[in-house]
Amino acid sequence: MNFYFMKSKKISLLTILFYVVSSAVSAQDNDLLQLVNDNKPKKEYIDYSFKSTRVIMSQSMELLKPGTMDFRILHRFGNINGGGYELFGLDHATMRMGFDFGISRNFMLGIGRSTNKKEFDGFLKYRLIHQSTGSHSFPLSLVVVAGSTLQTLKWNDPTKKYYFSDRLGYYYQAIIGRKFTDGISLQVSPTILHQNLVPAISDPNDLYALGVGGRFKLSKRISFNFDYYYRFNPDKQGETLNPLSIGFDIETGGHVFQMHFSNAIGMNERIFLSETTNDWGNGDIQFGFNLSRTFQLKKRK
Amino acid sequence: MKKISLILFLIFGTGIFLRAQDKFYTKTGTIFFKCTKSPLEKIEATNRSATCVLDTKTGSLQFAILVKGFEFERALMQEHFNENYMESGKFPRSEFKGQILNNNEINYTKDGIYKTTVKGRLQIHGETKDVETIGTLTLKEGKIIASSGFDILLSDYNIRIPSIVSDKIANKVNITIDCDLELFKGK
Repeated sequence: MNFYFMKSKKISLLTILFYVVSSAVSAQDNDLLQLVNDNKPKKEYIDYSFKSTRVIMSQSMELLKPGTMDFRILHRFGNINGGGYELFGLDHATMRMGFDFGISRNFMLGIGRSTNKKEFDGFLKYRLIHQSTGSHSFPLSLVVVAGSTLQTLKWNDPTKKYYFSDRLGYYYQAIIGRKFTDGISLQVSPTILHQNLVPAISDPNDLYALGVGGRFKLSKRISFNFDYYYRFNPDKQGETLNPLSIGFDIETGGHVFQMHFSNAIGMNERIFLSETTNDWGNGDIQFGFNLSRTFQLKKRK
Repeated sequence: MKKISLILFLIFGTGIFLRAQDKFYTKTGTIFFKCTKSPLEKIEATNRSATCVLDTKTGSLQFAILVKGFEFERALMQEHFNENYMESGKFPRSEFKGQILNNNEINYTKDGIYKTTVKGRLQIHGETKDVETIGTLTLKEGKIIASSGFDILLSDYNIRIPSIVSDKIANKVNITIDCDLELFKGK
C-alpha cells in the first residue's frame, strides 16, 4: 500500500513537471504559424513548363492563360548554305502570322496563315491532365491537339478536276509532358497527320509520327529548346526528312523571341511533317525566328 | 492519489486550453503590393490567402504566404513575377516573425482601435531583413482586424530589376496588409 502511494506520488509529480514544462514551452512558442498550419499538402499545379505554347515548331504542353491573346509572327529564312550572295538565306523569307486565344484554364485555340502555299491553319488544344504536386497529384501533363489546314494556292494543273476537300489536311496529337525541374521540361507527342491529297500515289495519306521536345533553361530569361519528329511511314522515295529544330527562347518582358535553326520550312504541322526536304547533313538549314507577344484581353478578378 | 492526478490534470490541462484563447488567427488575410513606376503599366497584385497568427499574451505576430498566391490583373505579369523575380519554385514561402513592441498598452478585453509598433524579421526571396513599422489593431466583438502599410526595397531582398524594365518597376515596393483575425480554438 505504502509502495503504491509512493508510486502515485511520483506519477503526480511527473504530471506536474510535465505540465510546467509544457506550459513553459508554449509560453515561448516560437512558431505560432505551426500551430494553425494543417500540414496536409495542398494540390498545386505545375505551370510555366515552357516559355511559350510552342516548343519551336510544335505545340508545347503549355497553354495560354484564360483571357489572353498571343500574337505570333513566325519567320523562316532561306538555306544558310546559300552563302553570302543570299546573305545566308535572309533574302528568302516565308512567314506565318497567327492569333492564339486562351479560353479557359485548360482550353485554347488558334488560327494562322502561312505564306507558303497560302495555307490557313487552325487548332483546338485541350489539357486533360495537368501536372501537379500535393494530394491527388499526377506527375505528367496530357494535352490533346486537333487541327486542320487549308491550302488556297491556285491549282497548278488547270486540266485536272480538283475538289475543295483536296485542299484540306488534319492532324491529331497527344502531348505527354513533364516539367522535371524548374529548368528542365520534356515532352513526347504521338501525332497522326491526314492529307486528303498527297503529291504522289505512293505517299501515305495518313502519316504517323512521334515528336520529342524539350527545354533547358540557361538563365531566368533564356532557354535552349529542341524539337524533333520521327516519322514511322514517310514517303517511299525518301524525298522528305524528319524535321529537327534547335534554338533559344529569349524573353524580354512582353515578348518571347524564339531564334533557331531548322531543316523545316513549314510552320504548321502539315508542312513540316510531310514537306521537309532539307537535310541537316548537307547544311540545308535555315535560320528561323518566332516572335510572340501576349495581350491581356480580359482583365482578371 | 489518482484523483489528485486527475484534478491536477484538469487544472493544468485547462490552463493550456485557456492559453489557446490568447491566440487569434486567419488563413484568408489580404496582402497587396504595388511597385508601379510608369503610369502606363500598373504593377500590383493581391494575395488573399495569407496566414496570420497573433498571440495577444506575448504580442508575438507572425505571417506566412505562398508567393504563388499573388494574383495580377495580367497573366503574363504573374508569370514573370513567379519565374523571373520571386523565383517561387525555389522560394515558395515568404514569412514575417515579429513582435508588437507596445503590446502591454493594448487592452484586448476592450473594443477599440489601437496603434501598434511592430518589429520583426521579414523573409522574402530567401533573404531575411529586419523591418519595423506601425499599424493598427481594431478590436471589435471578439475579433481583431490587423492592418499595416509599409515600404521595402527589392534590392534588400536580392531581387534584381533588369535595366530593360527599370523604367516600369520601382525598387521601392509598397505593401498593405489587412487581416481579420478570429479566436484560435485549436485544431
